[in-house]
Amino acid sequence: MARVVVDVMLKPEILDPAGQAVVNALPRLGVSDVASVRIGKRIEIEFAGDSEPDVERAKEIADKLLANPVIEDFTVRVEE
Amino acid sequence: MTTVDERLDTVERAAETPDELQPYADLGLRDDEYDRIREILDRRPTQAELAMYSIMWSEHCSYKSSKVHLRQFGEKNPPSEYLLAGIGENAGVVRVSDELAVTFKVESHNHPSFVEPYQGAATGVGGIVRDILAMGARPIAVMDPLRFGDADHPDTSRVLPGVVAGIGGYGNCLGLPNIGGEAVFDPCYQGNPLVNALCVGVLPVDRLQRKAATGPGNVVVLIGAKTGRDGIGGVSVLASATFDAAASARRPSVQVGDPFTEKLLIEACLELYQARLIVGIQDLGGAGLTCALSETAAAAGTGMAIRLEDVPLREPSMEPHEILASESQERMLLIVTPSSLDAVLGTCDKWGVTATAIGTVTDTGRLVVTWHGSTVVDVPPGSLADDGPVYARPMREPGDLILLQADRAETLPRPRNSDELRSAVLALVASPNLCDKTWLTEQYDRYVLGNTVLAQPENAGVLRIDERTGLGVAVSVDGNGRYARLDPYVGAKLALAEAYRNVAVTGATPVAVTNCLNFGSPEDPTVMWQFAEAVRGLADGCAELGIPVTGGNVSFYNQTGAAAIHPTPIVGVLGVLPDVAMRVPMGFAGDGDAILLLGTTKPELSGSEWAWVTHRHLGGLPPEVDLARERNLAHLLTNAAKVGHISSAHDLSDGGLVQALVESCLRHGTGAKIALPDGEDPFGYLLSESAGRALVTVPRGHEKAFTALCDETGVPWTPLGLVDSKAAALDIRGEFTIPLAELRTAYESTLPALFGTPGPVAEVSAEPEAEPESEPVVEPEPEVVAEPEVEVVAEPEPDLELESDDEPEPEVEPSVESTESTVEVAADAERDAEAPVREEATDA
Amino acid sequence: MTARVGVVTFPGSLDDGDAMRAIRLAGAEAVPLWHAEAKLHQVDAVVLPGGFSYGDYLRCGAIARFAPVMGLIVSAARDGMPVLGICNGFQILCEAHLLPGALVRNEHLHFRNRDQLLRVDSPETAWTNAYTDGQEILLPVKNGEGRYVADPRTLDELSASGRIVARYLRGNPNGSLRDIAAIRNEAGTVVGIMPHPEHAVEELTGPSTDGLGFFTSLLKYLTGVPS
Repeated sequence: MARVVVDVMLKPEILDPAGQAVVNALPRLGVSDVASVRIGKRIEIEFAGDSEPDVERAKEIADKLLANPVIEDFTVRVEE
Repeated sequence: MTTVDERLDTVERAAETPDELQPYADLGLRDDEYDRIREILDRRPTQAELAMYSIMWSEHCSYKSSKVHLRQFGEKNPPSEYLLAGIGENAGVVRVSDELAVTFKVESHNHPSFVEPYQGAATGVGGIVRDILAMGARPIAVMDPLRFGDADHPDTSRVLPGVVAGIGGYGNCLGLPNIGGEAVFDPCYQGNPLVNALCVGVLPVDRLQRKAATGPGNVVVLIGAKTGRDGIGGVSVLASATFDAAASARRPSVQVGDPFTEKLLIEACLELYQARLIVGIQDLGGAGLTCALSETAAAAGTGMAIRLEDVPLREPSMEPHEILASESQERMLLIVTPSSLDAVLGTCDKWGVTATAIGTVTDTGRLVVTWHGSTVVDVPPGSLADDGPVYARPMREPGDLILLQADRAETLPRPRNSDELRSAVLALVASPNLCDKTWLTEQYDRYVLGNTVLAQPENAGVLRIDERTGLGVAVSVDGNGRYARLDPYVGAKLALAEAYRNVAVTGATPVAVTNCLNFGSPEDPTVMWQFAEAVRGLADGCAELGIPVTGGNVSFYNQTGAAAIHPTPIVGVLGVLPDVAMRVPMGFAGDGDAILLLGTTKPELSGSEWAWVTHRHLGGLPPEVDLARERNLAHLLTNAAKVGHISSAHDLSDGGLVQALVESCLRHGTGAKIALPDGEDPFGYLLSESAGRALVTVPRGHEKAFTALCDETGVPWTPLGLVDSKAAALDIRGEFTIPLAELRTAYESTLPALFGTPGPVAEVSAEPEAEPESEPVVEPEPEVVAEPEVEVVAEPEPDLELESDDEPEPEVEPSVESTESTVEVAADAERDAEAPVREEATDA
Repeated sequence: MTARVGVVTFPGSLDDGDAMRAIRLAGAEAVPLWHAEAKLHQVDAVVLPGGFSYGDYLRCGAIARFAPVMGLIVSAARDGMPVLGICNGFQILCEAHLLPGALVRNEHLHFRNRDQLLRVDSPETAWTNAYTDGQEILLPVKNGEGRYVADPRTLDELSASGRIVARYLRGNPNGSLRDIAAIRNEAGTVVGIMPHPEHAVEELTGPSTDGLGFFTSLLKYLTGVPS
């Protein structure tokens, strides 16, 4: 069943302290060559019925609700 | 899909296959217990029934090891005009005015918090809140007594931040102010942290709810979150043989909480109470639906017919025994009349709470559960809820106790001069147990609901419960594992005395007691002895103080290998303040106020913070406890508060007088000039932990009247000095002067240094993006652990040949350690006499 | 005529009762507004209270913004009705684009409850005319997602046009840019504030009574006294 996946990330200029905390924790796993970590959200949408996933409608939903355009960017794609 | 699996173990099939082998031992049932089930049912149990008995007859549901001892609470409880509901209910209820009653209880969620600190602590809060809600009350506050291993141990860095974040995350989202608690560090808790959660609620006296499922024909309604596989690890042995390998990963043993759902549940239930639409209500805690169905039916002496397929499920593939064993959070069971059903469903719908009728109350006296028409459970509910095994486990005083008690701290090397004393004081003030706990407590909302009058670091949490009259309550929750290790009987009394005193210093009158008894394995006779002694101490103590135990919780198996935790009875005391405006806070404030020490100081250093911090020493006898003197002191404080003789009061406990002085100075940043009484050894006087003492300030002009009141009441008093706001130091004449800034640095630096400075607090910045000045050394938000690596067993092997490893493997006992609401003693002593008392076949 | 001030209850709102108490103490009538009902019941102003509406799912305030009552509030606000958004309410105002910028996770990643000193920098609003310019007040701040962010242009604009209503003093509790604690719209009728004035209205329960001014200001504004 195909579905639409929306990836939401904070805009690059927004400070991401959660990502930063992960960077700080990585040395404890022996990983010391990570320059940056940024954390976002992945949202999976399955439309009812068997029709092709509607990417345009998903974009609208993402723009209106799933992401806050003031601070977040998003991408939309279909996943089989 | 409603076709029933041919392999479904129905009552019919069980009757036809009496010799089918069942994995009852894997579920923690003994041979004789299994035989008894067969006797009760007159056939072998079905899989679902076996699961239910194994759960309800486990330690944490049946209290089989503790019942014989907990009877003392019922037997020794002093009569109380205030008590509306006591032991046996979900929580104790105390009348505080003509119209209002208050309910409170403390419970544990220890083992889950070791496994998954955030969710373990969060669901612990959720569980105790539901207990309070089930009494008909609006929950109005929470408190959290916590115990961890050594503060600088790496595993403490794993557990503590998650626990604190979980308590805050759940409690804050529910809108409950956190008004107090404890954070104590001791190596004995390293593999067994203690996460106890207390909740207070308020209700109109005529809105008390009961759990009895009365009224054949009434409807059984399940509300709240959908049911999933949370917490059923133990009964997974019953899964159908064809369960594929991937499925084993779908059995999370950790309960995951959703405070938003619980908030909606609270609002929906309160509306239902207000509209008087409920006949009975029970929360689903440990043992989920099994416990709720059997307890409500047993309480009423009725039966039930339940259609299990009507339970809303998160996972469609769940089998009957899983649905019955699930510990999914945020669920309540309601009993409603058929005519009220629509209104009930409507109210739930308004709040977005899923509500489903799943059966009816019957008059058969049998709990019958069907699955798509086939009967999978048909048992007498009382056999599950009330007639569990009762053990009289062997007890034996620990072999090392005599030597331990002889190893007194009073003879340890002590500071030889004032400089050494000064250093010792600073070391103590900075030690993890005595230092400032703001790092923890500022992660909690203290203001929500707008009725918090006093909260940490004050002695007790004080809440206004009637805005019209100013009526309020004070609650304190305290314990001391070290004292109890040295003498569990006295230690329990001292915990009670401390909580009682903490309530009294605010000016409130103590009226009720709750308790959470945290101990090691009951299969260890020395632990059992400690438990029996502690319960005896608490019961005797309550009788002496004249206030009843209203309910509580027992947590056993806090043990890793052979190393049990210190016996740690945690005691909560609730008091009443007719007008919260008259409450007495702690902390020096009024310049020139006289500082007085109430009570008698003896050189009692055994079990003290000083002995531990300076010498890592635990030995000797705990301080003497004299409850008659505590009662006197409490009377004095309440009376003095009423007429405004005391401007502040602080109880003395860990760290003795010097700790109380330091905390009183730092509270508002006000110094003091102190002169110790002539002839007293300064070190002993400052660091002794003698009980029955309080530090008070008396405004100018009130000294004569106050000291006369002390003499009348028979409370010894010692003038110590004056509040001196200009000095900005704690000055102890002839000994040392410590500037407040130095005290504050010692007091406030320890926890941030250990657990991470919570981020930069940038001053006014011009840049668009303030980069952090210091890297936040914080763990990322812990992800929900769906599959912990630790194996879960329903009960540990009863094996006293326990190896002590260097790295103790924790036995994970979420089924032993859930937010169980059943309380200990059957108030009916006769019924208990009939329950078979089994002598434990000792392995010792 | 007693002023009527609506307080919205969303599923998960927590400080709605406290907002109503503050309104009553200030001398106005508190009118409960249910999220699912598209009715304003003739209120003269609205308070969006603190809490975790909809569990803070997706983003704080993201779902609340689409509640039936919010449609009416947004249009009434554009018509000049005073609206005060406190904490979660501030988040909802930003999500609803009645105010610029956004609130995100505290920089130090903890929920933090502190008594916080603020400076009132814009007393010409419906909600702050009772304060003097530069007045320092002590209010509780208690949140996990209280860091105010906006692009530099917006921040400059807010600053230049005097639309920063209050700034944090003596320490920034959450990392908000430019130490912004509260902002207003151009008309000065819609204010969003992260700290909680409704929890500083009684000596008995608050760190001060400095918060009462937000509610008495509104009454003054509604009676038309020039601010």
